[in-house]
Amino acid sequence: MASIQMKNIVKKYGDGFPAVNDISLDIADGEFMILVGPSGCGKSTLLRMIVGLEDITSGDMVIGGDRVNDKAPRDRNLSMVFQNYALYPHMSVYENIAFPLRLAKTPDDKVDRLVKEAADVLELHEHLERKPANLSGGQRQRVAMGRAIVRQAEAFLFDEPLSNLDAKLRGQMRTEIARLQRRLGITTVYVTHDQTEAMTLGDRVCVLRKGSIQQVASPRELYEQPVNLFVAGFIGSPPMNFLPATVQGSTLTTPFGTIELDERRAAAVAGHDLLLVGIRPEYFEDASLVDDAKKHLGSTFTARVDVTEWLGDQQYAYIPYDAPDTIRDRLRELSKELDSEELRTQAIVSIDASSRIREGRDAEFWLDSRKVHVFDPESGVNLTRDEQAGAELTRMADEDRQEQVAEAAGGLTGERTGGSGSTAA
Amino acid sequence: MSTTTLPPAPKTEPVSKPKAFVSDRAKAERKLGWMLAGPALAVMLLVTAYPIAQAFYDSLFDYRLTDPENRSFTGLSNYLVILTDSLWWTAILVTAFITVVTVAVELVLGFALAMVMNKALKAIRPFLRAVILIPYAVITVVSAFAWQFAFDINTGFVNSWFAWIPGVGADTDWFGDTGTSLFVICLAEIWKTTPFISLLLLAGLAQVPEVLQEAAQVDGATWWQRMRRVTLPNMKAAIMVALLFRTLDAFRVFDSIFVMTAGANNTESVSFLAYRQTISRLEIGLGSAVSVLLFIVVVLIAFIFIKGFKVDLAQARGDG
Amino acid sequence: MSTKEKSWWIVAGVAIALYALSPIAWIVSLSFKAPSDLANGSFLPTVFSTENYGLILNGEASDLFLPALRNSFGICLIATFISCVLSMFAAYAIARLDFPGKKFILGTALAVAIFPVISIVTPLFNLWRQIGLYDTWPGLIIPYLSLTLPLSIWTMSAFFREIPWEMEQAAQVDGATTWQAFRKVIVPLAAPGVFTTAIIAFFIAWNDFVYGISLTSTGASRPVPAALGLFSGASQFEDPTGAIAAAAVIVTIPVVVLVLVFQRRIVAGLTNGAVKG
Repeated sequence: MASIQMKNIVKKYGDGFPAVNDISLDIADGEFMILVGPSGCGKSTLLRMIVGLEDITSGDMVIGGDRVNDKAPRDRNLSMVFQNYALYPHMSVYENIAFPLRLAKTPDDKVDRLVKEAADVLELHEHLERKPANLSGGQRQRVAMGRAIVRQAEAFLFDEPLSNLDAKLRGQMRTEIARLQRRLGITTVYVTHDQTEAMTLGDRVCVLRKGSIQQVASPRELYEQPVNLFVAGFIGSPPMNFLPATVQGSTLTTPFGTIELDERRAAAVAGHDLLLVGIRPEYFEDASLVDDAKKHLGSTFTARVDVTEWLGDQQYAYIPYDAPDTIRDRLRELSKELDSEELRTQAIVSIDASSRIREGRDAEFWLDSRKVHVFDPESGVNLTRDEQAGAELTRMADEDRQEQVAEAAGGLTGERTGGSGSTAA
Repeated sequence: MSTTTLPPAPKTEPVSKPKAFVSDRAKAERKLGWMLAGPALAVMLLVTAYPIAQAFYDSLFDYRLTDPENRSFTGLSNYLVILTDSLWWTAILVTAFITVVTVAVELVLGFALAMVMNKALKAIRPFLRAVILIPYAVITVVSAFAWQFAFDINTGFVNSWFAWIPGVGADTDWFGDTGTSLFVICLAEIWKTTPFISLLLLAGLAQVPEVLQEAAQVDGATWWQRMRRVTLPNMKAAIMVALLFRTLDAFRVFDSIFVMTAGANNTESVSFLAYRQTISRLEIGLGSAVSVLLFIVVVLIAFIFIKGFKVDLAQARGDG
Repeated sequence: MSTKEKSWWIVAGVAIALYALSPIAWIVSLSFKAPSDLANGSFLPTVFSTENYGLILNGEASDLFLPALRNSFGICLIATFISCVLSMFAAYAIARLDFPGKKFILGTALAVAIFPVISIVTPLFNLWRQIGLYDTWPGLIIPYLSLTLPLSIWTMSAFFREIPWEMEQAAQVDGATTWQAFRKVIVPLAAPGVFTTAIIAFFIAWNDFVYGISLTSTGASRPVPAALGLFSGASQFEDPTGAIAAAAVIVTIPVVVLVLVFQRRIVAGLTNGAVKG
């Protein structure tokens, strides 16, 4: 196990285009780091540079205190799960898992023990003699993980490992990976474009855009204190709504009425004419269902509902609004960057499942104005981000992790005596 | 250092390839690429480019192996001799006739075979595939003998079996005149090479998604309409490649003619003419000129196919 | 599927089998006819006789046929081997490496494949006589490469392109050296493609007639097809038909066996379908 440090990593292809541009990132020992971003953001390239399958144009890659820029992949002692699993079709499941050990000339009895252990952990026992071609997607995925964990690697690297599975299996394997990582307490770098995976798996999430880091923080901080429009729009599903707004003193005027800002935020947005207000769907509610005690903390407005979607446990309402052309263009540009198809200017509002709001009618909504963020439409910067609150969220997540790792380390030696030490030590 | 010869990973990000800037690894890769592919290329050039250049050079001389002292430069006069000789034009006509007839029949027959194999019951498909491969694998000379013996006036069974056809009798000499000789030659060629065409077409057929057929069926297309408007346009590339390869191959016809008629009764093909001039008559100059002319004709045919019909070989061969 | 439809397929299958096999059946039948029976005008022999086989295997025609058989096997196997080794390296480079000239190599292979063989024979005939390669094994092996190499390069690159090269990287991450990754992962994956290519290349070399008849003059290097072609001209038989038929059957046996055993692979190789899954 080892920490991974990247210092000013740059990857330039032949035409001089930087696929990865000046990235510095510290990944602590035992940490689960997610690299996330829309396609073409450089996340896979970065992962492949860590593992050594891609040249580093400039900068330092340090793993466990050693600079590994010039080391071949085999000398870096990392294990990786590929997107298409890269199982060797001519070898049985057993031999696939044993492959790294065989290369390291491990004695047969030890190979057998370690493979059997990995098979136990991943519930692959009855498939050991089968060939990969005869396995289901989920089983192949587990074999690929088996090959990764069987060896005493410094870190695990995952390259979109779940993208070839169907939704249900993806959910199962996600929890499986989380459990395994906690149990082994091994440094993990995980590339994905799926934000659910990013939010649920990562201790910290690194959001990339066009080869540059936007924000590195715990999932909670990313969600509650995004640094800019890009991160705010990328994290969260359904995505954050962006409404055009003008400011006067501490009052924001939006298509959905006015929003009162507190002192800190009012000061932060002072001096701007046109702004974008970021409101997550769940900050809204059907006004008739809001507690009177809470009502004064937000503002109430009336709007015509276009479409509602009732999902059983929750309900969404779509409310179209008008926006000036500049804002419209800015939002279109943003959604293109985020790989999303959203072209209408409409707000998605999450309301209680019991709400009787009807399509095509006017309805009264309540908006929790305490949590809204205000962005500069030009630069995209979040003007109202509370850095301290954000840092606190990430610090808490870090504490949780350290506790879990310590627990796992303690539990592991008790639970898996003998050979298990070699996978975890 | 071991890393220098390490083949780098294929780029996963869609980034255009280097032009001006070449990293060390890319340089090493280029070098390795040429080191690995170079020998094969060198051998190919050595066994073809060099001989054809030599043939062109030899064709400019009046040169007989039986009389090597009197080798003299005559410019293009060998070509003049050939192009004004009726032998050459007969050979061209015979070759063109065989090519057109065999390729046309093979295309239709091969397509029918491919259709049957494509749709055949799963149980008999491997059997059909093995059976269809046998004519492909049999030596041309053996096939030529089999057909020759079958039609031979003494040893054959064709005359007695097909006596009911007007004009066929116990004394029909199939190799007695040009038309019937060419008929048997074409039969043998068609039998031997149709499987190859049908396999190429089968691969093309397999690339037309079944769902297109279903969609066309739902849209109300008849079997013939589906064939003409859906299947054929989608396998145009495969058809063109099969056609190109077979045409060029047919144009080089030699073995069957050698075995069956040895060029008698005006059944000489261009290849046979070149062979006879060089190897039998040791007329190196004239033979070389025929060879060069044949080469030019083949290049022309290929050119017409590739430019005229826009055959995209790279695409059809799966060279993504 | 209805019974009617099923029987229709059977009929189509039988028709195809008849088409493909009847000339073979005919030459086999002919090979078992006694000399007196040859002109009986019927498909089958009246008396089953192995006289023709005796003639070519240990009779008077054996000194023409047996050396030719040995030459054919030796020359074709060596030519196949050389072209497979050369094209293996070339195909690896084409499928795996990024270097300028790839298209040129494939284009050259294509051009050589459509080259009229007879155009090469004329100058080689002359040259081989001058440098002493006429009527020798190398004198045939070298020109055979012009037949087998282009096809091998095309077929093998198509096969190699299908290999999931991610495997090689996975192996490197798993701790393999370049050589180990090649030997333990790539070779087993590439072997079927190489093998198939070898079979097809062998067929092509085995089928050659033009080179065989032009560049040899004695049993020292004359391959079977050329020997067959010259049987008729040999004066020691009254009627060579039976001997030719028997020899034809013998040279057809190896290719038929290869076809029956490896039909699936050969089809894949010929159509460049290559390995899936």
